[in-house]
Amino acid sequence: MARVVVDVMLKPEILDPQGKAVQGALPRLGFSGVSDVRQGKRFELEIDGDATDETLARVHEIAETLLSNPVIEDYAVHVEGGSASAKHRA
Amino acid sequence: MSGLRIGVVTFPGSLDDVDAQRAVRIGGNEAVALWHGDHDLQGVDAVVLPGGFSYGDYLRCGAISRFSPVMTEVIEAAGRGLPVLGICNGFQILCESHLLPGALIRNDHRKFACLDQRVRIENNHTPWTSSYADGGEITIVLKNGEGSYVADTETLDRLEGEGRVVARYVGENPNGSQRHIAGITNERGNVVGLMPHPEHAVEDLCGPGTDGLGFFTSLAAQVLS
Repeated sequence: MARVVVDVMLKPEILDPQGKAVQGALPRLGFSGVSDVRQGKRFELEIDGDATDETLARVHEIAETLLSNPVIEDYAVHVEGGSASAKHRA
Repeated sequence: MSGLRIGVVTFPGSLDDVDAQRAVRIGGNEAVALWHGDHDLQGVDAVVLPGGFSYGDYLRCGAISRFSPVMTEVIEAAGRGLPVLGICNGFQILCESHLLPGALIRNDHRKFACLDQRVRIENNHTPWTSSYADGGEITIVLKNGEGSYVADTETLDRLEGEGRVVARYVGENPNGSQRHIAGITNERGNVVGLMPHPEHAVEDLCGPGTDGLGFFTSLAAQVLS
């Protein structure tokens, strides 16, 4: 078993109203000094067997096809506890 | 009445499928209920993807609906030129399916918008808009949380240059859509995505009037001409 993590973030140029709402709430709670907040998604995929190159290629395919929308989002794949990491910006 | 058969897809979480069917009938055509789980378009002459919150808007609006069995058929048929109209959530599904470019993100003002919206028809050469005057302004209903149309500059310039902006918001931008875009079409012109709801403006009794009816009479008019 391996756990592969896919992080999905809106591209920097895409407005993130949810992040703005979170940022707006911080001063009201007494937290200052946060100049920006961007909200993303984290997917944890439990994979049968080891995280081989082939498996990771499949995960990239999953990330590109379903987990992210390449028009507005970038994703990054990494194996939890491992060193393999790859960012993808469409 | 030409009696075209227009399919309206129901996804889990569709809200406006019955209103869309009603609008199809008021427009003089036959409404055919299509089911998301079927690989079957029942030989319809056109398809409407209605508004709502298919699959609860999980993951991204329209992202899961895109992979439903009926969408495989819709995508294939759209490629052959079948007229497809996606309204609101339907527009989001068309973008997720890559039948239309760009994407729809959360409204810039972070609030759900629900209002009577003035819209200008800027392309009346599609099968869904041929009943309207070029540049004509209509009032239909806008109700969305994630209706802000975004695309890169190159895509936006191409849409504008090729006359593929079908409808544009008039007056204040209601949701932050780039270049006030309310609706677009594909290169071929058979697939139209529209954020506001023409199906809620087809009768005087409810809604802001009957300005939306043209979307449901255009097909017949085009076939007859």
